[in-house]
Order: sequence, then structure tokens, then C-alpha cells
Amino acid sequence: MAKSAKEWAPNLFEIAKMPDYIASGHRMCAGCVAPIIVKLALRALPNPENTVIVNATGCLEVATTIFPYTAWRRPWIHNAFENAAATASGVEAAFKVLKRKGIWKDELPTVLVFGGDGGTFDIGLQSLSGAVERGHKFIYILYDNEAYMNTGIQRSGGTPQYAATTTSPAGKVIPGKLEWKKPIGYIIASHLNAYVATANPYYWMDFMKKVRKAAEYNGPAFIHAISPCDRGWRFDPSISMEVARLATDTCLHPLWEFDPETREYRVTDRSLYLAKNPDKIVPIEEYLRRQGRFAHLFRPKKREDLIKQIQDRVMKEWHYLLKLAGLE
Amino acid sequence: MSPAEQIDILLNGDEAAAWAAKHCNVDVVAAYPITPQTIIVERFSEFVANGEVDCEFIAVESEHSALSACVGAAAAGARTFTATAANGLNLMHEILYIASSLRLPIVMAIANRAVSGPINIHCDHTDAIGSAFLASWIMFFCENAQEVYDTIIQAYKIAEDPRILLPVMVCFDGFLISHTAERIKVFKDDKVVYDFLGGPRKVAKINLMGKEVELSLNPKNPVPVTFGPLDLFDYYFEHKRQQVEAMENAYKVIAEVHEQYAELSGRRYGDGFLVPYKTEDAEIIAVVMGSTAGTMRYIVDEMREEGIKIGVLRVRTYRPFPYEKLAKYLSKAKVVGVFDRAQDAGLVGGPLFIETRASLYDLPERPIVVNYVYGLGGRDMTPELIRQAFDELVDIAKGKIKPFRRKYIGVRE
Amino acid sequence: MSEELKGWKEIPIAGVPFKPSTEYKTGDWRAFRPIIDEKKCVKCLQCWLFCPDMAIKIEWEPDGKRPRRVYYDYNYCKGCGICANVCPVKAITMIPEGGES
Repeated sequence: MAKSAKEWAPNLFEIAKMPDYIASGHRMCAGCVAPIIVKLALRALPNPENTVIVNATGCLEVATTIFPYTAWRRPWIHNAFENAAATASGVEAAFKVLKRKGIWKDELPTVLVFGGDGGTFDIGLQSLSGAVERGHKFIYILYDNEAYMNTGIQRSGGTPQYAATTTSPAGKVIPGKLEWKKPIGYIIASHLNAYVATANPYYWMDFMKKVRKAAEYNGPAFIHAISPCDRGWRFDPSISMEVARLATDTCLHPLWEFDPETREYRVTDRSLYLAKNPDKIVPIEEYLRRQGRFAHLFRPKKREDLIKQIQDRVMKEWHYLLKLAGLE
Repeated sequence: MSPAEQIDILLNGDEAAAWAAKHCNVDVVAAYPITPQTIIVERFSEFVANGEVDCEFIAVESEHSALSACVGAAAAGARTFTATAANGLNLMHEILYIASSLRLPIVMAIANRAVSGPINIHCDHTDAIGSAFLASWIMFFCENAQEVYDTIIQAYKIAEDPRILLPVMVCFDGFLISHTAERIKVFKDDKVVYDFLGGPRKVAKINLMGKEVELSLNPKNPVPVTFGPLDLFDYYFEHKRQQVEAMENAYKVIAEVHEQYAELSGRRYGDGFLVPYKTEDAEIIAVVMGSTAGTMRYIVDEMREEGIKIGVLRVRTYRPFPYEKLAKYLSKAKVVGVFDRAQDAGLVGGPLFIETRASLYDLPERPIVVNYVYGLGGRDMTPELIRQAFDELVDIAKGKIKPFRRKYIGVRE
Repeated sequence: MSEELKGWKEIPIAGVPFKPSTEYKTGDWRAFRPIIDEKKCVKCLQCWLFCPDMAIKIEWEPDGKRPRRVYYDYNYCKGCGICANVCPVKAITMIPEGGES
């Protein structure tokens, strides 16, 4: 019997002995963080053998199932781009009623949904909101690479401010995407009935604990994981995890969770440490200068004004979160 | 064997659909309301709320999510049902192709209604025909509430047959059938229907990587199934060809199920594909789908009294299109009038017209085939208009007027 | 990687893929190959954790309590270099593929 989520923490050696639920030979780019997210998420579940996966169209779906090959070692369904949550609603309801009717004779499987920022922030927001409102029991993991990467790096609602994408290029007049990132976590948390968390695969223990909590919550769960993309963000694949770490260490992607039962926001892991030790917060420039999508903020001329704008906004959002979490 | 015991009940077309789904003991219904299908969803919700059927009713937030949830549920192994019309069907258009390519035996009721714009809620066949034109669904067009009840039951038996595994659309006229109360027969003991279907849905088995597995998301499968991969140009064509095979099998399976159901209920609809009325010696035959066939039979009787050799052929199974049978029924006629309640402005004629002409093309001697487009947006096809059209067909047969390609009947010039 | 393509009668229906991805060796994507200095390696498994391709394998002690050594499955390693970057003792070096320098 697995330990409950309140005390459970991943044991590295135990999870290292588990079989692969996503196998080698998939064709995600070298250095892509998405398969790391999948690998860790599946090993965090209390019952990975009894799991069904739903995947929205996107990098992960496409590169892991190029016919006739499949990298998935669990039942898996891809339907379309904007309906992962609706498809998951159908899967969840089906097992529920089949069990009730005595046709499915085992435990109810965990329904795990993977969607990119494309299929979640934008085109998939309606079906996600509907599924959360109806209270289906599923875990939705958003692997956020901050643009429509699979179709060639076009801007999404998840693209950060001043990032260059092919549909929000950094030109002579406009320096990349002008809008701030859509606060998808708060939107789903505002439904008031879902367990919501942000996560960073670099801070893998925090991520896995949150997946476990999500699995044990009797309702919808949403985990927003940052997924750096070495192709779209333009950095050397070897520093993928460094970039991931900096996203949280600069407080751009802070780690928090929302508990639907107590309606509390809690800051966790590294972000909790930074809340108590603000002198350890890394300046946003450290994050920006490593990525080609922000290169226009440094060359030909360093745009101190825009970097400051981003830094100020990061701190504004950070303090807003701390207030929500009762730490300020 | 005598038919199973049935009771008389007053139901409209929508309610008949809900009753059929209840008797089939569907597992999951995911549906979104749209006039004139709303009564299906409402009545079914009542059944669920009263415990008359053990079913998960997912009140989805759009039609696109409705069919998406059905895809998820059917992939998980459930018997699923949904219903929609017009713009709702168009909204779920993308998923129609996916449901068919994933070989899921979903049954969907369509209360045929005109497609926006301008927005119109009345009877028109453009929704089903337009939306599903190339989607590879099996499609039936019903004439009355009784047929809706009977056809939905048959639809599950056809769809779940391992030789088929294609989704089925059961269409019937919006308002004219959906909202018209008729006295129909339903089975007294719904277990009779459940047994006819073979009990719960038996998921098909396939051979995968050397093991026999259920074609579903069953976590206990010895090899887990991946649904919905990426195809490149090297395999997509082959996957489509497989769907064609299933549709070819449907000619046989639809006939089989029609016979088996006739034994159970005592009711037949022509040969299951086409419903002829006084066509054996007819010189003039009208081809039509839906409730208008009934009014046409009334005019046929009137004209037969006058000595005119005229008949009506109702198309019940629209997909797979019964081209061989149609050619047989029409080959001896002089003039065929095809009546379409759907159109695209740019096609040679209405959809039923072009498939009729295509079916007849290889005959050594072909009848004259003309097209009437009627009833769009719920425009009433009155006995007078039908008589007018039939008189024109007679005149064409007599050589009094020239054959035409397409005419619009009932529209004000 | 090219092999005989199958006909529509030979493949499963519903588009179900019939080969595990492990039959596709992504190792030939590499431009750089990682090499572990086993003397420096402390078997912390950080490299294993963050390998996106599950190309790092663990050999356990006979009693199964601790890892004995960590090694690569070069059939799948794409040479991304994450392992070298995250190793806390710098036990991994990336060398150009095809040359032991």
C-alpha cells in the first residue's frame, strides 16, 4: 500500500528500479525536457501499471508515435489538439461506469493527460475548463515550452514577454511578444475544485510529490511544468536543466500549489527557500542572456529598459504570489 | 419465431431515440443540446436521474467536446451515444474523421436541421450530408419515430460487429420527426434489446506485437495499445484503405442485422437499404430520403388511381450507398426524379442526385434523371408541390417537356 | 532504418502502431558522445534522472541496495550533453562522435 501524499517523497533508488513507461527510441529533439517530465510523472504515480494516458497534439504526441513505432508502454490515446481534457473526461467516465456495471473488474485506472501550452492555454482552454468544472478525476500535466513548438515556434498564450517567436518576431519596431504570459495556473485554481501546482523538472522531488498528491486527490488536478525547448528558446541542449533551474531561481516560474480543500496557496521547495532568503533570487538577466529568443535584448544594443521591465514585472508577480500564500 | 413482446407508446422522434439508447443500455452519453435534438438529451437525462439506465451522462461544454468524450469513452471500451444537429455537427466535424479512423462503434442521432446562416432551426439534410460527406461513417435516414427507435438498436449491432467497427449516424428530420408524436412500439422488456446486442459491448481483439489484445485502452492488455499516432505518407493511404474494407463489409452486415431485427420485432424497412413503393412496374420513380417519402406515397396512390405508373423509392441507408440495389430498382424506369433536401450551390446537383446518376451510369439503358431541390430550411413540401413535380416527371416521360438538370421546387422566384 | 513497407492487409486496424520505439536507434543522431570516468563517478544518478532518452542504464550491487555502476546505451544516446552538465563531480566528458581523443 503506497504511502499517502502528505508524507510521500520519491526515493531515488526505488524509482530508478522501475521500468520505462516511455521508452528510448522516441524522436523528441536531443535535450528536450518534455520526456523527462513524462518519465518523472509516471514514476511518481502510486500505480503506474494501472494508468491510461491522453495526449493532446503537439511535440510530445507527434514525436513519440511516428507510425509504425510507439514509445508508450501504457495505454495511450491521441484524439485532436484542443480536446485532450474532453477525451480524458470520456475515458474517466467510461471506466467509472464499466466498473459500476461489473464489466471492468479491477481498480479504476489513473487518467493522466499531457498537453503542451498550445493545447492548454489557447485552443484547449475550453475543454480543460469544462472538464475541471465537471469535476472528473484526472491529472492534467501541462508541459510548457512556451510556444507552438511543433509547428515551428509560433507564439502562444504561454510565450513570455519579449520572447521572439516566428509570429512575434523581434523586429526593428516591435521587440518580440508584447503581452505577459497568461496566468494559466490561477485560471484553473479559480475553478476552486482542482488541485493546482506549478512544477519544475529540475526540482524533481517537488515535481514528483505534486504528481503524487494530484493522483490521490479525488477530483481534477492540474500541474504546470516548465519545459525548456533548446530549439525554440535557442540554447545548447546540454544546458536544458540549467535553464530550467534558472526559471525558478529567478522567480519567473515559482513553485506553488493550490489546495482546493483548504483554498490555500502554498509556496514550495526552492521558491519557499527564496521567499525566506530573497537575497538568493537570481536576477532575470541571467536567465534571459542564455537564450537566443531573448538575444535581441542584448544585441546589437543592450535594452536595459526592457530587461528592467521584465525584472519589475517578475517581482510584481512574485510578491502577488507571496501575498496569496500568506507569506507577505 | 414470433416477435418479442412490445407495447404501444406515444413518443416523438427525439424521445424514440432516447428510449432506444436506454434499451441498448449505453454506458456513456456525452451530449450538448441544440434544437431540434434537445429532447433526446433531456429525456435521457431524466432516465439517468431516475435510475432507469446505469449510464454516465457527461454534460459537455460543446459539441466538439461531446464527440471527443465519446471517442475517449469508446476507446476505453464503453458503449457510447450522442446526438446533435446542424451547427453542432459542424463543430464536431474534425472529430468525425477521427472517430471513424480509430474504428470506434459510436452511435450518433442527428435531428436534421439547416446549417447557419442565416440561422435556421428547421428541417434540412445539409447538416448530416455536408458534414459527414467524406468522413466514412455508416449513415441511415429514417422516415418516422418507429424507424428511429429500430434503427438505433440496429446501429449498435452493426457498429460493434468485428467486421465493421465504424461509427453510425442515425438521421431523421428535425421537427417533422423529432417533435412529432407518434404511436410506436417499443419492447416491453428492455433485456430483449440488450440480449439482441449480445449484452455489453464486446471490444474487438487484434493481434499486436505477437499478442492478442483488446482494441481498447485496457491497462491489462499484455501489449498496451497506442491510439492516434502520426502517419507519414508511407502508411496513411493503407489506413484509409482499411476503412473502405469495413464499409464494404457493411453491405452484408446491414442486411444481416436488418433480417435478425425483423425476426425480433416483426418490422422491416424494404430490404434494409432501399424502401420501394409501387416501383416494380413504375415508369416514373421518385427517389427521396426522410419523412417526405410518406407524403409522396400518398400522391403516388392518387396518381395510380388515374392510371399513371408511378412509384417512390426511399433511400434508408445513405452510407454505404446502395448503388447496385438502386440501379436494379431504377433500371426499368423511364424517368427518375431525385429529390434533395440539401445542396451545395456549386455541385452538379444535390448529393442524392449525383450518387443516383453515378449508380446508373454503367447501365446499358439508363432512365432520364432529373433533380429537384426542395424543403431547405424547413420549407414545407406540400402534397400540391409534390403533385406538381410528379406531373412534370410524367410530362418528361411523355416527351412534352425537356429534361433538366436541377430545379428548385417551393422557392418563390 | 528503411525496411519493407507493409500492405493494408498486414497492419493492425485503427492505425495502431505495431513496433516498439526501441527498434528505432536514435544513437545515430549523435555528434558528441558522452564518456563516464568511472573513477570520478559517485553514482548519484543525476545523469540518469535527467536523461531524456532513458539511455543511461544502472548496474546494481548484487544485494540490489546501491548502484554499482552507471553506463550508456549508445543505441539511443542523442549526445545532448545534459548528463555532462548536471554531473556534480564532472565525471562525464562529451567527445566528438567517432573520435576517442
